[in-house]
Amino acid sequence: MATQNNNQSRSRIILGIFIVVFAIILAQLLNLQLFSPSYRLQAENNAIFRKVIYPDRGIIYDRKGHAMIDNIINYDFTVTPIEARKGVDTATLCSILGIDTAEYHKRMITAIIKNSSFKPSTFEPLLTKELFAQLNENLYKFPGFNLQERPVRTYPYHVGANFLGRLGEVSSTYLKEHPEEGYQPGDYIGIAGLEKSYEKVLMGQRGVKRFLRDNRSRIQGPYAGGNYDTTAVAGRSLYTSIDVNTQKLGEKLFQNKLGAAVAINPKTGGIIAMVSAPTFDPNDLTPSEYRDHIGFLVTDTSRPMYNRAIAGMYPPGSTYKPLGALIALNEGVITPSYGYDCRGAYWACGKRVRCDESWAGHAANLQLAIAHSCNSYFCNVFRMVIDNPKYGSPRKGYAKWREYMHGFGFGTHLGIDIPGERAGNIPDTTEYNHDYGNRWVSCNMVTMGIGQDRMTATPLQSANEACIIANKGWYYTPHFVDSIENPEQGDTLLARYKVKHSNLHISDKDFRTVQKGMEDVASEGTASAIKIPGHTFAGKTGTAQVPKLKNLAVFIAYAPVEDPQIAIAVYVENAGYGSAWAAPIAAHMMEQYLNDTLTEDTKVDVERLSKASLVPHQIFDWRRQQDSLKAAKARAQQRRSDSLQKAQKAQQVEDSIQLIVSAASHKSDSARQDSIKEAMLVDWRSKLWPLRLSSRKKAGK
Amino acid sequence: MYQQEKLAKGIDWVVVFLYAALVAIGILCIFMVEYNPNPDVNWATTFVSGKTEYSKQLIFAGVCAILAIFILLSDSKLYTAFANLAYLFGILLMLATFVLGRNINGSKSWIPLGGGFNLQPAELCKIFTSLALAKYLSMQELDFSKLRSQIIATIIAMFPAMLSIMQNETGLALVYCCFFIVMFREGLPGAILLIGFSFGVLVVATLIMDPDLLAVILTAIAIGTIYLLRKKIKRSRRILAFIIFIWAACVGIQRFAVPYIFNNLLQCYQSTRVYAMVGKVYDCSKNKSSIAREEANKSYAKPDDYNVRQSKIAIGSGGILGRGFLKGTQTRGKYVPEQQTDFIFTSLGEAFGFLGCAAFLLIYLAMLFRIVKIAERQRSVFSRVYAYCVASIFLLHIAINVCMTIGLFPVVGIPLPLVSYGGSSLVTFTILIFIMLRLDADRQMVLR
Repeated sequence: MATQNNNQSRSRIILGIFIVVFAIILAQLLNLQLFSPSYRLQAENNAIFRKVIYPDRGIIYDRKGHAMIDNIINYDFTVTPIEARKGVDTATLCSILGIDTAEYHKRMITAIIKNSSFKPSTFEPLLTKELFAQLNENLYKFPGFNLQERPVRTYPYHVGANFLGRLGEVSSTYLKEHPEEGYQPGDYIGIAGLEKSYEKVLMGQRGVKRFLRDNRSRIQGPYAGGNYDTTAVAGRSLYTSIDVNTQKLGEKLFQNKLGAAVAINPKTGGIIAMVSAPTFDPNDLTPSEYRDHIGFLVTDTSRPMYNRAIAGMYPPGSTYKPLGALIALNEGVITPSYGYDCRGAYWACGKRVRCDESWAGHAANLQLAIAHSCNSYFCNVFRMVIDNPKYGSPRKGYAKWREYMHGFGFGTHLGIDIPGERAGNIPDTTEYNHDYGNRWVSCNMVTMGIGQDRMTATPLQSANEACIIANKGWYYTPHFVDSIENPEQGDTLLARYKVKHSNLHISDKDFRTVQKGMEDVASEGTASAIKIPGHTFAGKTGTAQVPKLKNLAVFIAYAPVEDPQIAIAVYVENAGYGSAWAAPIAAHMMEQYLNDTLTEDTKVDVERLSKASLVPHQIFDWRRQQDSLKAAKARAQQRRSDSLQKAQKAQQVEDSIQLIVSAASHKSDSARQDSIKEAMLVDWRSKLWPLRLSSRKKAGK
Repeated sequence: MYQQEKLAKGIDWVVVFLYAALVAIGILCIFMVEYNPNPDVNWATTFVSGKTEYSKQLIFAGVCAILAIFILLSDSKLYTAFANLAYLFGILLMLATFVLGRNINGSKSWIPLGGGFNLQPAELCKIFTSLALAKYLSMQELDFSKLRSQIIATIIAMFPAMLSIMQNETGLALVYCCFFIVMFREGLPGAILLIGFSFGVLVVATLIMDPDLLAVILTAIAIGTIYLLRKKIKRSRRILAFIIFIWAACVGIQRFAVPYIFNNLLQCYQSTRVYAMVGKVYDCSKNKSSIAREEANKSYAKPDDYNVRQSKIAIGSGGILGRGFLKGTQTRGKYVPEQQTDFIFTSLGEAFGFLGCAAFLLIYLAMLFRIVKIAERQRSVFSRVYAYCVASIFLLHIAINVCMTIGLFPVVGIPLPLVSYGGSSLVTFTILIFIMLRLDADRQMVLR
């Protein structure tokens, strides 16, 4: 009986074991359910399928409401392999798509490997209209197959490649640096032009739909009845000041030429047309076409992807002269009646600066000097400004002059609303200090007075100069976008284009004198042969000399004289006189804008100009060189193994893209690398300028 | 009239109530697992259609109710009389599986009965073993303090377990260890339980810790013990020898026995499951059986801890209050395999959270306590031993099943009593409980 009692007490131990076991279980439950919040997350990752709903991207309109970039719907042919096992009319499908059954099975296996049997994968991307119609009609024969919508960007007018920009897949570096913006790998993002600058507006707001999926990733239905879903908000459209017909005409006129043209509405700063030649069809670089065209565009020696209108740095030549006059008038070193006795050249600095006119009295006063573009007159005026006794030294006088130039928007970034703008060059005194050892005088840089030497400007800056003169002293920062659809309180993108810049403080009288001179250019001066039917215009021709090439033709103008509606700057490389090539192009574009049509005579002239080829032979030489190099490389590669060849090709394309990217950036060192090519084509570095070479020798002694 | 009175008299209604509650919860859980939101389906009809698993379970419950009434109507002397015969019958059935057995889920422990039903003798054998053990321990001339009777009792309990292991049903074999609790109550030395427990701790420690570190710790404990007992050791050298023997045994287990068990005795998937429990990866290339398989060029799916991971996610995502009835995404998406049978606890954990789980476990605990209380009020040893058997079987089932779903125990396929889907297990537990209730109703009688 004693053992019995002893053993009975063991029932308590057994109950204790029960309690311990349950306590351990409860402790682990506490740990899992209360102190491990990651399990809820893991469960949601398991079961919730987030589908991003892409809204329609905003459309870009011109000033009359023509869509320059639009969205169209393309279709992909997709397949869900598990549903397509039975009952597919394979023969019909293959004959429609033009493939054999082996290819059909290959694609099916690829789809399964890529995306599993349970999820749809693309079977044939971006169907043509005919294919879409045929497949749509026969879709009932292909269970498991589907037609998936896919919005694509299109450019109905085929113009404006350089400022409209394009879409491309978002890069991994961008994703890393901007994790909060919600892009996912494979998403499209604006990567150039307006598409890039206004990405946030155009993109709209993505929606997210949450679905419940099972252990095989099959969708079971909406999660929590769709309570957590967000709706997509369509992107907002942009209304620009571009006149698509003027733009089209401009691009036509620039066929087979190198150069750029910018037209601005001087009253608003809105850009009417921006041509950079050579150019390309923007439809060629939409994501689906990108592969077929990017290689050629990037390696083309004439560099069609380079936006010369905002990044090309040209010597403005004589088109600078009205500014020189304004500065001199405002500084009081000359009066409108000041004259210079020019006999065909300027000799005061010991070397000869040629003047195109040699008859007596062509520079008897300022108005005449502008009308006939007298080089001697403006060389002299420039020296008078630099050597102004008011400032004591040429250094201070030069600094004052430079300040004026910045006021006119030269040598600075204007701040246009597309990326890639360059500042041009109004040289710093340090550059001269470096060249002449601190002992320079106004004679060293006398050709600056006729817009050459080291002075460079972009076509955009020249067009802005025309605006300033037309407005008698003020301008708005040039821009494309006038307004955004459904403006919101937080929109600050356009604020800086509503600010009037009028800090020049030059009197209207002085402006009027210069305007008169520019009106005379059109009526009796250098551009007297050019007419705009029904309108008067004021302009200034320019002709800059360039080593190895024919002259750079420049023209700035505004019209009509009494109420300026359009201001324009045209640069044509390797052309000749500004009045012969740049002026007619500008005039025809202004005519198109002001009259909205062209006269018969103009149309004939447009055909003549568009057919003329001014592409310098060097471009073709380079192209030949590059092609023969490529051919040599191709021969060498043929001997190598297949895989090596592929890798290298990919590397080549990569490298050339890198080159373009670095050249387009603002960094001066990368620009210096290919300075020779650029000097001839776009960046008119005055180091190659013959006049400067001789002057350096002189100073050196 | 008399029959009815007899039927109701002396029955412990608390256990019956808890039993009914658990079966109801089980059907509810199976419903949650199988539920598919389909507006065309009328839920009332699917419950009686017999096509879904919850309706099948409902039918099994009905069968069990009839069975329970039959047991309650029977004479309790029947069970003492046929205990040894039933045990023999059970052993024969288990042996028969080696001949007639059907392979289900990798273990050859089922006998097909026809009509889609299968019988698992190892399940039934739990009842017979309980009866036989009770019969043996209640023998009048038995002195359980003798080693010989202890060994005989152990053989009775462990023989079916051995057969289970041979059938590749490790989980069920583990359940037979529960009889040690019963024997402990009847006088088995506590040291045996202690040794078993220590061995378990040592194996787990070997798995978790670096082997060298563990050896150092064991040595430190041994030296510490010698230092503390230095005065006693001076008096008796045997204590020192005992300590050194234990130390050597521990280090030997840790160094050689455990790796040997995992590499040579266990299958690759079993070792992987055990390692997964402590959050480690088992290298199957060391496993003898997998090497043999590879040499025979038999490929097999690489085992992983997907099951436990999904099960822990399901339970962990429940939080305090749970995600709500039919709202658990893990259950709806069928992420947990075998969720209606062995992993039924996950659906409960996900839907009703910590509070739901705690309440559910309390029902079990209440039942266990009630059974122990019933056991202690028996006059006859037979009834007491049998009731303890029932409690211990329940405890091991619950502990192993729940621990495996929450990652405290390697995955072995044993059901949660009365809750998991499956007729075989429901019938077994029903018989177990109602025989106990029948014996309890006659607790004034002395049964031999």
